[in-house]
Amino acid sequence: MSTIIQIKNISKVYGKTHVLKDVNLEIKKGEIIALLGPNGAGKTTLISIICGLVNKSAGSVIIDGFDNATNFRKAREKVGLVPQELHLAMFDKVVNTLHYSRGLFGKKRNEKHINELIEKLHLSDKKNQEIRSLSGGMKRRVLIAKALAHQPKILFLDEPTAGVDVELRKSTWNLVKQLRQSGVTIILTTHYIEEAESIADRIGIINKGKLILVDDKKTLMKRLGKKHIQINLANPIEEMPQKLKDLSLELSEDKINLYYHFKDKKEYQNIPLILQTIKDCGLNINELNTSKSSLEDIFVDIVNDEY
Amino acid sequence: MMSINIYAIRAIYKAEMRRFWVTIGQSIISPVISTSLYFIVFGSAIGSRIQQVEGVDYGTFIVPGMMIFTLLTQSVSNASFGIFHQKFTGTIYEVLSAPISSTEILIGFVGASASKSFIIGTIILITSTFFVDLHIQSPFIMFAFFILTCVSFSLFGFIIGLWADNFEKIQVIPMLVITPLVFLGGSFYSIDMLPPMWRDISLFNPALYLVSGFRWSFFGISDVNISLSLMFISLFLLICIFIVWRIFATGYKLRS
Repeated sequence: MSTIIQIKNISKVYGKTHVLKDVNLEIKKGEIIALLGPNGAGKTTLISIICGLVNKSAGSVIIDGFDNATNFRKAREKVGLVPQELHLAMFDKVVNTLHYSRGLFGKKRNEKHINELIEKLHLSDKKNQEIRSLSGGMKRRVLIAKALAHQPKILFLDEPTAGVDVELRKSTWNLVKQLRQSGVTIILTTHYIEEAESIADRIGIINKGKLILVDDKKTLMKRLGKKHIQINLANPIEEMPQKLKDLSLELSEDKINLYYHFKDKKEYQNIPLILQTIKDCGLNINELNTSKSSLEDIFVDIVNDEY
Repeated sequence: MMSINIYAIRAIYKAEMRRFWVTIGQSIISPVISTSLYFIVFGSAIGSRIQQVEGVDYGTFIVPGMMIFTLLTQSVSNASFGIFHQKFTGTIYEVLSAPISSTEILIGFVGASASKSFIIGTIILITSTFFVDLHIQSPFIMFAFFILTCVSFSLFGFIIGLWADNFEKIQVIPMLVITPLVFLGGSFYSIDMLPPMWRDISLFNPALYLVSGFRWSFFGISDVNISLSLMFISLFLLICIFIVWRIFATGYKLRS
């Protein structure tokens, strides 16, 4: 896949605060990349710099071959932005605000496209209503429609499902997947790990203004994810036998579960030995459960390591 | 070749004008009522005692001043509110992220504000003809002043809208600066009617040059030379353009 956005050495300083520190990132055409990070990590600032809302302190952003500072027209016309907040002209009608957005991006009025968009986002019956009369979820859909009104190649979604119900969240994810299928590159910021896990191809983790890592989601989960075995004992034990400690087992606070975390094949091969040792120690097993790390676990581990 | 995002200019202009047409009743009725009130209070009540000023009926004499007063306050209010509203609601993000140059943004917002003022000014002019017998001596100069005033004070309003970070600030300049200046700038009298000291002080009031020039285009009489008036309004326009250019170049109060 070719590169559609190239972010080179981007820094942003407010007074003495470094909000972004030397961020480098290449975004590939047609992918969905999720930028994860805690509040105040610098995700929105990065997006705002790419979209031209915030001036960078250093570095450059190349969008589809055009520098967003020196060739801003060509660069910006390819980008659509869905902001985090519901920034809408509340007294405008839905259809008018979509035509307005399209016009701003230098595109001729196109009733057909706007009507298709309205239909796609399930806003047909609200088309001629003032935005202020819509529900929160509907308003968010209007924001997405506005960002798509000029048929951008790249779509930025800043916390697209923050504060929305489960149904709307799922429908937004479906829409994002549909857009990707139509060739749109999608960059989303979120702190819903589930969101990134569900729809992203690649994950970038930002913390304290630094892009800590960027990797393919599957690779990331394989590389940093762990599997876990929970061994539920028939009876609680006072203390874990030394033999089990040597095999890196952990005892739960309620003294009835043993845990074993493993990552690679070598550690996996210890499982029969662990089970045999438990038996040798005279302990009876009630139940065995296995699970694997979610992206959330990986994220928490990475961010905690940074602190 | 330099390209112009004409669709963006049109989009901003139409969106701004839409607000005006939505409140069309208020937009038209309000200036008609104010003008009628001015004619009743100043034209009939005071005019019955003053009769004529420099050979012009008092009721007719106040028409240019009344128009300038409305044009200034409307231009500043409309333009400042237009851009401030977008900043306040956060919808400015769309304009800032779109492929639009500063000049195009300016043409859209200031063009709409100047158009609204022009429409309101025209309504006042038409309403005046119901009360007085109006004859415009230099229609072209009058038209030039009319347009220049609408544009330059809309630019000034745009600057205030960018500078303001609360509603109080956008009210302060029209209420506490423009209104007193225009009232004291000979809108409803000739400065020749003032005692010498106040006459001299009035010459430092920039609004006097506007009112005087505009009045000259109507009746051929003025408190100050017409060239001075034209120079003043042109200089004011240039200063506003320079300030706006600097604001866009630095991103002041627009881009952090």
